[in-house]
Amino acid sequence: MPASAQAVLDRSDRLRKELGSDFRDRMVTAVYEQARSVVARSVRETAAPKWDFDQRIDRLVTSRWLGLPIMTALLGLVFWVTIIGANAPSQMLANAFFAVEGVGAGWFESLGLPWWLTGIVWHGVFRGLAWVVSVMLPPMAIFFPVFTILEDLGYLPRVAFNLDWLFRRAGAHGKQALTMAMGFGCNAAGITSTRIIDSPRERLLAILTNNFVPCNGRFPTLIMLAVIFVAAAFPPALASIAAAGSVLAVVLLGVAFTLAISWALSRTVLSGEASAFTLELPPYRRPSILRILYTSLIDRTMFVLGRAMLTAAPAGAVIWILANVSAGDSSLADHAIAALGPLGNAIGLDGVILLAYIIAIPANEIVVPTMLMCYLGAGMMMDITGYDAIRAVLVDQHGWTLLTAINLMLFSLLHNPCATTILTIWKETRSGKWTALGGLMPLVIAFVVCFVTAQVGRLLG
Amino acid sequence: MSAHNCETCADRAQLAQMGIDFGRCDHVVALAGNPNTGKSSVFNALTGLRQHVGNWTGKTVTRAEGAFSFGSKRFKLVDLPGTYSLLSASQDEEISRNFLLFGKPDCTVVVTDATALERNLNLVLQVLEITDRAVVCVNLMDEAARKGLEVDVRSLSRDLGVPTVATVARKKQGLRDLVSTVAGVIGGDIRTAPLRLEAPAEVREAISSLVPQIEAIAPGVPNARWIALRLLDGDHRVREALLSGELAALASHQLDHAPAESSRIKAVAGAL
Repeated sequence: MPASAQAVLDRSDRLRKELGSDFRDRMVTAVYEQARSVVARSVRETAAPKWDFDQRIDRLVTSRWLGLPIMTALLGLVFWVTIIGANAPSQMLANAFFAVEGVGAGWFESLGLPWWLTGIVWHGVFRGLAWVVSVMLPPMAIFFPVFTILEDLGYLPRVAFNLDWLFRRAGAHGKQALTMAMGFGCNAAGITSTRIIDSPRERLLAILTNNFVPCNGRFPTLIMLAVIFVAAAFPPALASIAAAGSVLAVVLLGVAFTLAISWALSRTVLSGEASAFTLELPPYRRPSILRILYTSLIDRTMFVLGRAMLTAAPAGAVIWILANVSAGDSSLADHAIAALGPLGNAIGLDGVILLAYIIAIPANEIVVPTMLMCYLGAGMMMDITGYDAIRAVLVDQHGWTLLTAINLMLFSLLHNPCATTILTIWKETRSGKWTALGGLMPLVIAFVVCFVTAQVGRLLG
Repeated sequence: MSAHNCETCADRAQLAQMGIDFGRCDHVVALAGNPNTGKSSVFNALTGLRQHVGNWTGKTVTRAEGAFSFGSKRFKLVDLPGTYSLLSASQDEEISRNFLLFGKPDCTVVVTDATALERNLNLVLQVLEITDRAVVCVNLMDEAARKGLEVDVRSLSRDLGVPTVATVARKKQGLRDLVSTVAGVIGGDIRTAPLRLEAPAEVREAISSLVPQIEAIAPGVPNARWIALRLLDGDHRVREALLSGELAALASHQLDHAPAESSRIKAVAGAL
C-alpha cells in the first residue's frame, strides 16, 4: 500500500515544525553563504572601478523630481519623431497604390471581366490593402525602431522603477509598468508578458488593463487625428509639436485609466495588497543597430503589418459588397450606417465610425482604412492622398468637428481589445469570466466616457 | 500491468507532452540563467536564430527552442525564461523548474553575469540541487574586465563541481569552448560532482525520512531529495503537484519504458 500524498504532506509539515520556524531562513542564508564563499575565492578586483557612468545616468533618470518628466519627454519625443517622419512617405505610398489601382481596374475592364469582379478585387481587396499599408507602415516603421532602441538600451526597467509607487498605490504589481510598456507594441504581446508577475491577482490586473495603452495598431489612428484636427489649429512651426503633444496626452490618459481601473478592481473583485518584488536596473548596453533594425522591422513591423493585411483584404471585400449590394432603395452599408447612427451620435461619433469598428474587430489597424472606404463610397476614383485630403473628406464632406476627433481618440484608446488580444486573454487565464470582463469592461468604459464627453462638449458648444 | 500502449511509450510520447518535437536531435540542452545575463545572446549565437534580446527582466517569458550541431551530434537548445530563483511560484520560474525536473535535459547551461556573480550563483546552486549535468557559463566577461573584475573560472569549476566556461556571447567569444564542454558532460568525458548544500544532520534526517515516501507516490521522480527539501520549505506548488497527482504523472512519463534505442535515453539512464 503506497503512502498517500496527504500522509507525506502531513509528515513534512510535522518535520518542518520540528526543524523550527527559522528553518527556511537558515537554508536561504546557507545558500547565500555558499555563493559568497565561492565568489570570494574566484573573483578579484584588479583595479578600482572607473567612474561609474551608469550610476550617474540612473541618478538622473530615476530621480524623484526629474524621473517622470524625463520619461514623459522621451515618450513625447518618440511621438514627435514618428509624426514628422510619417506624413510624406504615407502620401507617396498612397499615390503609388492608387495609381496601381487605376491601372489594374482598367486592365480588368479591357479584358472584359464582369464589373463586380473588378470592384471586389481592385476597389475592395486591393484598396483595403493599399489603405492599411499607406496609413500604417510609415508610423510603425519609425515607432518600432525608436521604441526598440529604448528597450535594448535598458530604459524600460527605469520606467518601471519610476512608476512603481503609482502602481503600488493602485494595488497593482510594479512590474505592470513593464507589461504596459510592451502593450505599446502590441496588447497581445503585453498580455503574454504578464507572466513575469508572480501573484495571480496582480497578474489579472495587468491582463485586464493592458488594453488601455494604445498599441501600434491604434497609433496611426491617433496620429492621423492629431495631425488633422489638433495640428491644424496651430501655426505650421508648432503643428508637429502640438500633434505629438496631443498623442502624448491621450497616452497619459490611457496610463491614468490603467491605474484607476487597477485601483478600482483591486478594491472590488480582485481585492488584495500589492506584493513586493526586486527590480534589477541592468547596465546600459549600446544597442546593436543591425539587430534593432532586424527586430523592429522584420519581427515587429512586418509581423503586425502582415496581420493587418490579412484582415484588411477580406474587410476590403466586405466593405465593397456592403456598399454595392442594395436592399430596397439603398446599399447594405447605408442601412447599417443608418441603424448605428443614433448610437454613434449619442457618443459623439457617427454610424460610419461604429461600422468601421465592427468590421475591424479582428484587427484595430484597419479602423481608419475601413472608415475612409465607407465615407468615400464605392467605385469612386480616389485621389485622396495625405492628411490634407483626408481632412477635406472628414470635415468638409462628413461634418466632423473637433469633438468628433476627440471622441474618436478616446474611443480608440478605450474600446474593446482586438480579437487576437481577447484570444490571448483567454489563453493566459483559461477563464471565460475574465476573458469576458477583459473584453466588455473596456467597451463599456469607452461608451460611457465618450457619451459624457459628447454631452458635455455639446452643452459647452 | 504490462499492457503496452505504444502511443505513450518511447521518448517521443514523453517529449510530445513537453511540447518538443525532437526531430533528429541527439541531445537536449537547457539554457537557464538570471535575467540580463545575455542568455538570449548565447541562444542566438549558438542556434543562429534571432530571438529578440531585450535589456530588461522578463524578456523571455516562454520557452524558445533552436538547434545546433557539434561534431556529428545534433543538439536541441531550449532557452528557459530568465529567473533569479526556482523557488517562487511565478509562471516563468515554474516553466524553468518543470523543464529542469521533468524535461530531463541532457545538460543544463546556466548563464551568469560575470559582473554580478555572487547574486547569480544563487540560481546556479539551485540548479545544481536539481541536476548533475550542468555547465556554468560566465558571460559578459568584457563588462567585468571594464569594471576591473577578474574572474577565475578554474577556481569556480573546482568549487562548484561542474565545468565553468568564460564567454562574451555578443562577440561570439568562448562559445566553441562552451559547446565542447557541454558535449563532454553529455558524453561522460567530463565528470561532474555538483556542490550541494551541506544540510545539518536534522535536516538530512528529515529529508531521508521523506524520500522513500515520495518515491512511492511518484515512482521514478527524478530528484526526490529536492522535492523533500521543497516540502520541508512549505512550497505550495510542490504540495499541490503532489496532492493532485501531477507529480506522479510527470514522473511516470520518463522512467516507464525507457527503450535503449535513443542515445538520449541512454544518457539519461546513465545519469540516474
